[in-house]
Amino acid sequence: MSQLGTKKAEVDLPVRTKYEESRRQKTGVFFKKKVGWLFVIISVIAITIFNFYPMVQAFLLSFQSGMGANLEYVGLDNWRRLFGDPTFIAALTNTTIYLLIQVPLMIILALFFSVLLNDPKLKFKSFFRIAIFLPCVTSLVAYSVVFKYLFGIDGIVNQFLLNFGFISETVNFLADPFWAKVVIILAITWRWTGYNMIFYLAALQNVDKSIYEAARIDGASSFQQFFQITVPMLKPIILFTSITSTIGTLQIFDEIVNITNGGPGNATISISQYIYNLSFEYSPDFGYASTVSYVIVILVVILSIIQFRVAGEKK
Amino acid sequence: MNRLKRIFIYTFLSVAAIVSIFPFLWMLTSITNKSVDVTQGRLLPGTHLIENFKTLFATVDIVPALINSSIIAIITTFLTLLLASLAGYGFEIHRSKGKDIVFTILLLSMMIPFAAIMIPLYRMFGSISETAPLIGIDSLGAVILPTATTAFFIFFFRQNTKMFPKDLVEAGRIDGLSEIGVFFRIYMPTMKTTYAAAAIIAFMNSWNNYLWPLVILQSPEKRTIPLLISNLGSSYSPDYGVIMSAIVIATLPTALVFFLMQKHFVAGMMGSVKG
Repeated sequence: MSQLGTKKAEVDLPVRTKYEESRRQKTGVFFKKKVGWLFVIISVIAITIFNFYPMVQAFLLSFQSGMGANLEYVGLDNWRRLFGDPTFIAALTNTTIYLLIQVPLMIILALFFSVLLNDPKLKFKSFFRIAIFLPCVTSLVAYSVVFKYLFGIDGIVNQFLLNFGFISETVNFLADPFWAKVVIILAITWRWTGYNMIFYLAALQNVDKSIYEAARIDGASSFQQFFQITVPMLKPIILFTSITSTIGTLQIFDEIVNITNGGPGNATISISQYIYNLSFEYSPDFGYASTVSYVIVILVVILSIIQFRVAGEKK
Repeated sequence: MNRLKRIFIYTFLSVAAIVSIFPFLWMLTSITNKSVDVTQGRLLPGTHLIENFKTLFATVDIVPALINSSIIAIITTFLTLLLASLAGYGFEIHRSKGKDIVFTILLLSMMIPFAAIMIPLYRMFGSISETAPLIGIDSLGAVILPTATTAFFIFFFRQNTKMFPKDLVEAGRIDGLSEIGVFFRIYMPTMKTTYAAAAIIAFMNSWNNYLWPLVILQSPEKRTIPLLISNLGSSYSPDYGVIMSAIVIATLPTALVFFLMQKHFVAGMMGSVKG
């Protein structure tokens, strides 16, 4: 087939005039360039309509205020309102707490698991790996509801603690501002640790085993090996997972709504939930909600710049 | 000392495995027990399984929710795969300076938090509701459209296209295939595993999506599975056996995909960091 094609071209060529040939090539090149754009154009248009255009709209909205569709420009009023809004401050504080405790906790756990599971002599390795990864198959809503029941006042966690004498009477975890946050952090950690572990396990396979052997001969303990070999070797992937986890946690919504619905009071409310409430639960104030949403944008941009900086350093 | 370390390692991993698996075990035993038994902490299989499922199908509109979720997930996955692979292929095979710049700009959209664009999107779909009800507010089309093209999958396909032998493109052209023919007749069949990995992730994302359907869908008969479960979970007198049955049904598709296609599953996950 391909032979036939080239032969045909050879036969055709001398018949054409020079002008015709060069024109054919030119339009050919031009067409090739154009056809490349045809492959990407639908996606470019769709992402522009569904991502970039709304971003601009949200920015404009953040300077408007009013109920429902009756919006008018109010300048920086919304931005000023942020700093005096106790619910916003609660949401920002809670989100920061989730971030600062949950992300490091999860990443350290995931690192430990991956190092332990990377030991070639370990038995039942694939069982442990699959077990720890298993939570990733659940939907965020489904596991949130399960956790809500597990930690409910008549939930199995309370009964377990009672039976083993850790507590003398049932604790209403989800009605307590402190314990409700703990449950949410535990829930997210349960769901995502195995996910991050898989990234580390993959990265560890590329680490030369002889480095560890040399360290062992030099008398380095397991802990020294972990902190002085494993962590530096996995630095890029640790950074990658920390940033994706951070961006994910900054936007946390499903878990909060379905485990505590932000309560008790506003003790567990997150920024995303507050945006949702402002737009669709309370009397809708799309303008102010957009202002709050831009706080997440700003945080994400700052964190992403840090990510690119660090990734750039590596090169 | 070494033995002590071993014991510690196995204990640590076993505890982690038990904690990871326990909620699943609890879910699976709960669907076989009466609600009362579940609240009393019964962890043994019971005999109430069939009753729970009967009650679930009789009292909860789970079938329409399953149908809605399936329609949305299948169409979204199909569109995502088609559009993202076309774009990923175009950016890599028909590489040019201009396209590289556009690609970088598209990647920026991955940083956009959904909460920030949800209000303008809601208003956008609201404004076309009257003229195009099929993609207006409270339509499955409105759920699908903004989620069907994401820069992540374009990035994913482009990364994987780097490993696609470019000689095949040339061979296809010589064979007289058009540019689009090369894509459909040569690229697609060669990249089957990439498509499989992307399909798994796209399907799971869509099947589990919560916030956007919550915003855009209003009538109960349009509800998807996550909306239904969220609703059941917030009821004041929950029937645990029944709710857990719904959750197990909702988790089944993704769990099955995981167990049947573990390799593709992990490949899809890792796609974002490769290369």
